[in-house]
Amino acid sequence: MSVLLDIQGLSKSYPGVKANDDVSFQIQEGEIHALLGENGAGKSTLVKMIYGLVRPDSGTMVLNGEKFAPPKPFFARQKGVSMVFQHFSLFEALTVAENITLGMDVAPNRKELSAQIRKVSNEYGLPLDPDRLIGDLSVGERQRVEIIRCLLQDPRLLIMDEPTSVLTPQEVDTLFGTLRKLSENGVAILYISHKLDEIKALCDHATVLRMGKVVDTCIPANETARSMAEMMIGGELEIHAATEFTPGAEALRVEDLNLASKDPFGTSLKNVSFTLRKGEILGIGGVAGNGQDEILAALSGEEKVTPETILLGGKAIGGDGPNARREKGLLSAPEERLGHAAAPMMTLTQNAFLTGRIRKNLAPNGVINHRKTTGFAEEIVKKFDVRTPGVHVAAKALSGGNLQKFVIGREVLQSPEVLVVNQPTWGVDAAAAASIRQALRQLAVSGAAVIVISQDLDELMEISDTFAVLAEGRLSKPQPSDGLSIEEIGLMMGGDLEVANHVDA
Amino acid sequence: MLMLEQRPQPSKTMLYLTPVMAVLATMLVGGMLFWAMGIDPFRAIYLLFVDPFVDSYNLSQLFVKASPLILIAMGLSIGFRAGVWNIGAEGQFIIGAICGGAVGLALWGSTGWWILPLMALAAALGGALWGLIPAVLKIKFNANEILVSLMLVYVAGNLLAEMVQGVLRAPDGMGFPESRNLGRNDPTALPDVFPALGIDAGGVVMLILLAMAFFLLQKHALGFQIKLTGDSPRAARFAGVKPGVIIAVCLGISGAAAGLAGMFELTGAAGKLTIDFPLGYGFTAIIVAFLGRLNPVGILLAGVVLAGTYIGGENAQFMLQLPAAAVTVFQGMMLFFLLGFEILINYRVKRMRRAV
Amino acid sequence: MDFSSLNAVAMIVLLIGAATPILLAAIGELVVEKSGVLNLGVEGMMIIGAVTGFIAATTTGSPMLGFVGGAIGGAVVSMLFAFLTQYLLSNQVATGLALTMFGLGMAALIGRNYNGIKPPRAERLDVPGLSDFPILGELLFSHDPIIYFSIVLVFAVWWFLNRSRAGLVLRACGENHDAAHSLGYNVQLIRFGAIMFGGACAGLGGAYVSLIRVPQWTEGMTAGVGWIALAIVVFASWKPWRVILGAYMFGGITILQLSLQALGISISGAYLSMTPYVVTIVVLVIMSADRKRASLNAPACLGRSFHASH
Repeated sequence: MSVLLDIQGLSKSYPGVKANDDVSFQIQEGEIHALLGENGAGKSTLVKMIYGLVRPDSGTMVLNGEKFAPPKPFFARQKGVSMVFQHFSLFEALTVAENITLGMDVAPNRKELSAQIRKVSNEYGLPLDPDRLIGDLSVGERQRVEIIRCLLQDPRLLIMDEPTSVLTPQEVDTLFGTLRKLSENGVAILYISHKLDEIKALCDHATVLRMGKVVDTCIPANETARSMAEMMIGGELEIHAATEFTPGAEALRVEDLNLASKDPFGTSLKNVSFTLRKGEILGIGGVAGNGQDEILAALSGEEKVTPETILLGGKAIGGDGPNARREKGLLSAPEERLGHAAAPMMTLTQNAFLTGRIRKNLAPNGVINHRKTTGFAEEIVKKFDVRTPGVHVAAKALSGGNLQKFVIGREVLQSPEVLVVNQPTWGVDAAAAASIRQALRQLAVSGAAVIVISQDLDELMEISDTFAVLAEGRLSKPQPSDGLSIEEIGLMMGGDLEVANHVDA
Repeated sequence: MLMLEQRPQPSKTMLYLTPVMAVLATMLVGGMLFWAMGIDPFRAIYLLFVDPFVDSYNLSQLFVKASPLILIAMGLSIGFRAGVWNIGAEGQFIIGAICGGAVGLALWGSTGWWILPLMALAAALGGALWGLIPAVLKIKFNANEILVSLMLVYVAGNLLAEMVQGVLRAPDGMGFPESRNLGRNDPTALPDVFPALGIDAGGVVMLILLAMAFFLLQKHALGFQIKLTGDSPRAARFAGVKPGVIIAVCLGISGAAAGLAGMFELTGAAGKLTIDFPLGYGFTAIIVAFLGRLNPVGILLAGVVLAGTYIGGENAQFMLQLPAAAVTVFQGMMLFFLLGFEILINYRVKRMRRAV
Repeated sequence: MDFSSLNAVAMIVLLIGAATPILLAAIGELVVEKSGVLNLGVEGMMIIGAVTGFIAATTTGSPMLGFVGGAIGGAVVSMLFAFLTQYLLSNQVATGLALTMFGLGMAALIGRNYNGIKPPRAERLDVPGLSDFPILGELLFSHDPIIYFSIVLVFAVWWFLNRSRAGLVLRACGENHDAAHSLGYNVQLIRFGAIMFGGACAGLGGAYVSLIRVPQWTEGMTAGVGWIALAIVVFASWKPWRVILGAYMFGGITILQLSLQALGISISGAYLSMTPYVVTIVVLVIMSADRKRASLNAPACLGRSFHASH
């Protein structure tokens, strides 16, 4: 094997951060090379430099013996470097074929392209219909579109940024098959992930990044997940012991909940039923776009449903709006921090008022009590260690992790009976994620019931007492998290509710 | 190369500085335009921006123009804060004048202190209802309020034409398409309060309403909901705000304010309804609202500045032969500059070194 | 009442004339909106086109150069909007309003010495042989060249948007500007171009009003046609051929109400004059009522500012 890409001393700084600091490593032709690191370790910046989206401050790259410094993605693609993004660059209202055309620099005519899409997608075991609208595809199928778009340009190096975060375990297997086949055909793959088992199963080499620097390299097959995790984190890994859980009285019951999605590409909820007891944390897993947003909206009160389908402490509340539910003790924190859970341009004080008004009585008779509101905001900042110059700053000025701590803190400090959170640690650094999970845990211990909706299975396994899966708008029957195997969960996520309910039986 | 870099936090300084910069830039570029037209730029700028505030006659006209502008802009700004775009204030202004005028004309011959308040009530109600048409169509049918409210301006204009030729025509007017003169009839004429600045009873009401708007936006939960809706509609829904209520409240308030302004104009400066009654205040008020940063205090200042350009423009017309349209150009330019400078609130200009 | 003066063929010819400015402005705005930009300044660009076209035609004596002048005038003034919204990220609604107000004032200022002048007449483009055909000849083959041009333009826009790669890229910017950017397309430049095209079309429509429809220059002569054009785009669900349908329907209503006024029927003129505006509202309501369909048809990024974060 010969060297395909040789990276020497790449550095890139942003105001206040050194995203990459003197990064050097090599990728061989046809190898699957892992880039391993925690959130914020600098993986994304590094690949963006390789793909020509970001210009390095210093350092050189050599591709196939030639100096390689793409000023734009176009030049990277010309040299055979393609990339599949974590957040797809797809157009929902356009067809598969149109999407693929847009990503190609020289596209054949429609008929020819459709034929090519069919051929290549079948060849690699990723069947696709070129005439379907992206909006009608599942997340896994959308990723195929991205991959096929790259493959049609005969890449020498394919960069994949966290490709499995949106896939079911079965889809992951299919993807790995495709990647191995590509590797056999001589295409090198730069595989970015923090999922150690995957890297161990798939990759030939791994380069580990921590705080922008290369801290280690290894051959994953010769390592354990634990040893790689320690390279990534730079210390000994602590394993959480599962906490004891003694269920209390019924806190929330959902019976036969149906909700038609208003989004033309959304997922409608179908006959969702479950019971939640005091002190319980219910983890709801599943691939994004299977009704997560809708179930949060139905529980938060943003979407009203038939009153009797949601019972809080035995009382029908499905017809209540968000504030009426808050008054009764049902609080929530949606996935999108900026623009849903918090208003971007408003100050932290105003954002504290946003949901705290009712339970904290911040506006008696409609007149806002500024002193009390500021006090509440300051309490959140203090108790939840939100790093901010003050409560007068706009929400959008905070980092993702800090804003998330603020949002979760805002709800927890209102002492809810039931708290529903969607993706509580998405895009949050490890320390903040740990403190958020800790806060949710404590809330449950204090007697509240908690629902955690997440796509991070590890997180759900760590935090939840009971577990259910949302697939195509249906929820499997919740069952104790202890003793569930990853295969069972995988089948549940793929929509096989029969398996899910069978496990229960 | 110059690059824009996002500020972590919107700049308060720029928030207040940009309207001033916009006015200064308008003076500069507008002066160049006048110079190109063969008009002495210094004299023209003086007439438009200084003379209205120093000459005692001009001062006595200041709030005659500023009051309706400020009143309408105050209403509009509440909607703009929520992202509800009422641009049909001109129509609501006309309907307010028609409704208020109709009440005054129906009571022709009666006397009593209650006549003017009753007319004002009718005007506010009429304006509010006219404003609620786009609100209802938006809430029920998702129809774009910008286009509907604007179309209703033309409908209101035609309605006015019909009224002054029909039921509201002065019986002793020799067939001219105009109403009786309400401004020369004691019970329906708006009393002066502070003539040196041109503040009449309408001006006083305007100031009171402006103070109420300030309270609403700064202190009241409804004001918070309005601002929240404008910043992030989804977060507003999450906070329990009903979007329909906000749309109706915003269009209702702005319609009522514009309607009231129309009735004050009718019983004050104009006196009677004619086809030429609307002067475009409903559109200029949009500029006032933006120039005042959608903030009641800012709107007060901006209204005074824009009123000055009207008064100065009229003077410049016969002193310098400045075309009437030049003032409109001036006002449009001011809004352009303001919108352009606004980027400095959220971004700063940074000199970028070309990467190697 | 005497309806015999309502000659159907003559009315259709008039209808087409009334519809053409709306059609031109609307097809331009459709392209702008497909790229994800909402330009509410159509009325302002039209009136600028009306005055610059008028001046160009009267100065050169050539109506054709007048149309070119109108298109250029509209395109130039649209660049103000394009620069502010694309590079200074200003709010599109507010900037569009500013463009309309500025345009109305500027046109009045530029055109103040041109009131009451007659422009050079634009010749009809009779298709030899065919235009002498009874009825059909007059209906189809005996119009001024801009009318034919407007139909060709609609077809060209349809072809561009649905068949060409450049059109696909433009639609992609309107659907998801972040994705278009990450694929390496220059969203701001593409939108800038679309806005200028929209400006040229609106300007041409304005010149049609001042050179053929009226034909003379008066202040504010576009009288809301630009706003109606905006509504037509919604009515057409952003589909080019439906723009023709919408524009001709409105042309029909305008001509019908004018004819009824001329007949002196018992409905007052003021009420008839408001019908096009009322019908616009009704049409907007009907087309918007189905929220799901409306949100599928409208470009997903319509009206949202784009700033590349890296």
